[in-house]
Amino acid sequence: MTYTPELLEDIRRTADLCVKCNICTTACPVLPTTNLFPGPKYVGPQAQRFRDPTQPSPDHSLDYCSGCGVCTQVCPHGVKVMEINTAAKAEMRTERLRKTPLDPKLWRDTIFGYNEALGQVGGLVAPLTNFLMNFGPARMIAEKTLGIDHRAPLPRFHFRKFRGWFFGQHQREKAPTPPGAPKVAYFHGCATEHYEQSVGRAIVAVLEHNGFEVLLPEQNCCGLPMQSNGNFAGARRYANALLRKLAPYAGQGIPIVVGGTSCGLELKSDYREILGIHTAEARIVAEQVYDISEFLWLLHEGGRLKTDFRDQGGRYIPVHTSCHQKLHRIGRPALDLLGLVPGLTVEEMGIDCCGITGTYGYKHEKYDIAQQVGQPLFDKLRASGVDQAICDNETCRWNIARSSGLQVVHTMQVLAEAYGVAEG
Amino acid sequence: MNNPQTYDALVIGGGATGGGAALDLALRGLHVALVERADLTDGTSGRYHGLLHSGGRYAVRDPESARECIEENRILRRILPHAIEDTGGLFVATPDDDPAYADTWVAACRACGIETEEISIGQMLKAEPALNPASTRAFRVPDASCDSFDVLSALAAAVQALGGTVLTYHEVVGLHLADGRVVGATLRNRRTGEEQRIDAAVTINAAGAWAGQIAAMAGCPVTVRPNKGTMVAMAYRFVNTIINRCHLPGDGDILVPVGTVAVIGTTSVNVPDPNVTSTEAWEIERMLDEGEKLVPGFSQVRALRAWAGVRPLYEEGGSAQGREAKRTFAVLDHSQRDGVAGLVTVVGGKFTTYRLMAERAVDVACAQLGVTTACQTQEFVVPDVRTPSERPKPHHLGLRLAEVEEAAADRRTPPNALICECELVTRKDVERAVSAHPDVVAPWVLDDLRRDLRLGMGPCQGGFCGYRATGILHELGQVDAGQATAALADFAQRRWKGMQPLLWGQNLRQALLDEQIYRGILGLEK
Repeated sequence: MTYTPELLEDIRRTADLCVKCNICTTACPVLPTTNLFPGPKYVGPQAQRFRDPTQPSPDHSLDYCSGCGVCTQVCPHGVKVMEINTAAKAEMRTERLRKTPLDPKLWRDTIFGYNEALGQVGGLVAPLTNFLMNFGPARMIAEKTLGIDHRAPLPRFHFRKFRGWFFGQHQREKAPTPPGAPKVAYFHGCATEHYEQSVGRAIVAVLEHNGFEVLLPEQNCCGLPMQSNGNFAGARRYANALLRKLAPYAGQGIPIVVGGTSCGLELKSDYREILGIHTAEARIVAEQVYDISEFLWLLHEGGRLKTDFRDQGGRYIPVHTSCHQKLHRIGRPALDLLGLVPGLTVEEMGIDCCGITGTYGYKHEKYDIAQQVGQPLFDKLRASGVDQAICDNETCRWNIARSSGLQVVHTMQVLAEAYGVAEG
Repeated sequence: MNNPQTYDALVIGGGATGGGAALDLALRGLHVALVERADLTDGTSGRYHGLLHSGGRYAVRDPESARECIEENRILRRILPHAIEDTGGLFVATPDDDPAYADTWVAACRACGIETEEISIGQMLKAEPALNPASTRAFRVPDASCDSFDVLSALAAAVQALGGTVLTYHEVVGLHLADGRVVGATLRNRRTGEEQRIDAAVTINAAGAWAGQIAAMAGCPVTVRPNKGTMVAMAYRFVNTIINRCHLPGDGDILVPVGTVAVIGTTSVNVPDPNVTSTEAWEIERMLDEGEKLVPGFSQVRALRAWAGVRPLYEEGGSAQGREAKRTFAVLDHSQRDGVAGLVTVVGGKFTTYRLMAERAVDVACAQLGVTTACQTQEFVVPDVRTPSERPKPHHLGLRLAEVEEAAADRRTPPNALICECELVTRKDVERAVSAHPDVVAPWVLDDLRRDLRLGMGPCQGGFCGYRATGILHELGQVDAGQATAALADFAQRRWKGMQPLLWGQNLRQALLDEQIYRGILGLEK
């Protein structure tokens, strides 16, 4: 690895902390499913010793790292394994763009990075998009040309957007905000805006029920899909644009809550650790960002969370905590919150990963790997005998729903229901 | 003792000079035996930092050595291309160095025929961003990095290809004299203790720091002054160029990129016994402090291993010590010097000048034998004996990984497990090296494999590859469980020696983990 004094501040430097103990190798959910992936230690701290930005990228197997980050969680020595891999993937992509710019997989990865634009454009012609997305031959063509697996779970597109609802119908219909109500800014991200309004509505309802004035800052994609597909330049453009939009809120000390666990992680740490954005804006925003459950649990610990939940009458819901939620290192506030609801039992399934990890499981060459990773979870959910489960991460939610057959919702949807503030 | 084997020439010492002398003799048509008390390069040749000198280091104070270095540098690049990585070198005046020295140095280099090219600090930082940006001057020189393990493997194979014999782990325990002439030697097999006799018309003593002990066996007084130099391998390849401080040679002023690591060296300490290769705390501290002057942040990264080599300083009739002593060499014709024919001692010098030393020594030996064939080593390109899969060419940091990746992606070949993960040594590599090893039941077999393959030379220092390689060794069937355990214990102990001086931070954690594996899980005892 080429050393510069700046490297001492860089996550890639944490490769130096590896003592080869193999704890990450043992924990990796992808490794046991395929011979194509030699494991997080190999592609992470170990391969890092052989990488030099001035020379060709030496490895390919890195591509099979799903980026779930279980390795980073379990490393007892502080090696940022997933982050090292993500940075190396970006180098690899840059090189592939130079060497094989016509490779359809590169195009696909680029397209995945623009999921915000996909939501915008797809939404304009939502019925057509939804038809094509569910039309077998169209999906086979997408698989053959772009390598997007025809079985992968795609969300439904909508004409109507979350922000449209918030600034339109909701402003007209909601109860007046009490004077002096504390403000909270909500970063809803692309999935809520384009595909899953219901999650955003539940979050707004829960916050308003607790007396907050919910602000909806202007926002754009956090950049994670680009980052995880190796397009760091694009991801940084998104990141810096978003930071400019969120920093004024953070600067006033207004907390920023995030519903998607991966978007939240992006704002909290990836900007700095992976994308290397060390601006003052990045720092103050990171300090104010909370996972929605984390925010509400802190509120509860301060004695300020309403607990006027309706008794759920012995309801049981299995929960899958997403990998990226675990990387927040905040415990399991969603489970804690749900535990406050009388008559509701929730159970963490205790399976590391559902396999999809963002866009990984959408890729044809990785679909089977992703499914194998998630299989124990799907089996366990099906065996639970209930028809609803909870997961707070978008693509995980879609993947688990499609693969297990259960309806999968966000914690806040269940909480809103328990508060009696859920719509329809 | 077996019947003596008879050779034209016996070379004592399996370092660069001995290997070079053996090849030189073989190329002149002589039947030659090369003997070494341990593995090839076990002495000083395998314990240097891997620098093929341009001569710049010696230009001011020792121009004769400097001239020898630059001439040999050019020759070795030609004859050993596979062992040399053309990194180039830089002489850098850090804020701790007098910028005026650079002018003296440039003039001295010019006088010695060493090309120098001054570059701006901006250019220097562009090429080597890790270097101290407060440096005042920087010069390019034709230094290179040279792997002595590769060099000796190639030399030994070339000697064998020409009908010569190479005996490792055979120690010379006595020279035979007849009529005031050395006519052969008794060797003791280090493992079995068996002794054998070799008769030779002429013996070249290339035992380096141990040359005095060999010469004494023939009653010839040779006073070699063993001088220890300590080196530290750091976890990062800080630089891709060899970096020298532009000042009068001192401690810790050379940084050499070697594979995935960078080696800083050295110290200069007179030692009474050439077998003393332990390192001292002040030496490590000095290396880290000096490294910090070249590369800010140097001492904060992981130091992997420390070791020392012993220079065979020699000056006939001289008394200069340490850094003051010249790095030139001497060829002692004991027939003229001491009245003992059939023995030639070659001592002093540098790795860089090994070929020249060998040539001069063999010239004297041939004169005694009446052989008039001229030296051919200047032109003879030593064949690369390591298959491409063991050492890719041209060298660059990522190639080893690229190759392992390529093999893994090729579905036609069965999966090839990594045995040493740090240095990417595969199962096949280990199996091949074991099958090529002359004496696999020897307890030091794993350390020999290390020199062949770089097994155990990365950050975990054998913590994980050691037991895996031992398993393969046993699985291949020639080594019983007791021998395998002994080999593992020997390897773990040798790796521990180099970690012991560096027990802080992450290296301490690593050492404790390795210790738990070997003593806690596998129950090895010291």
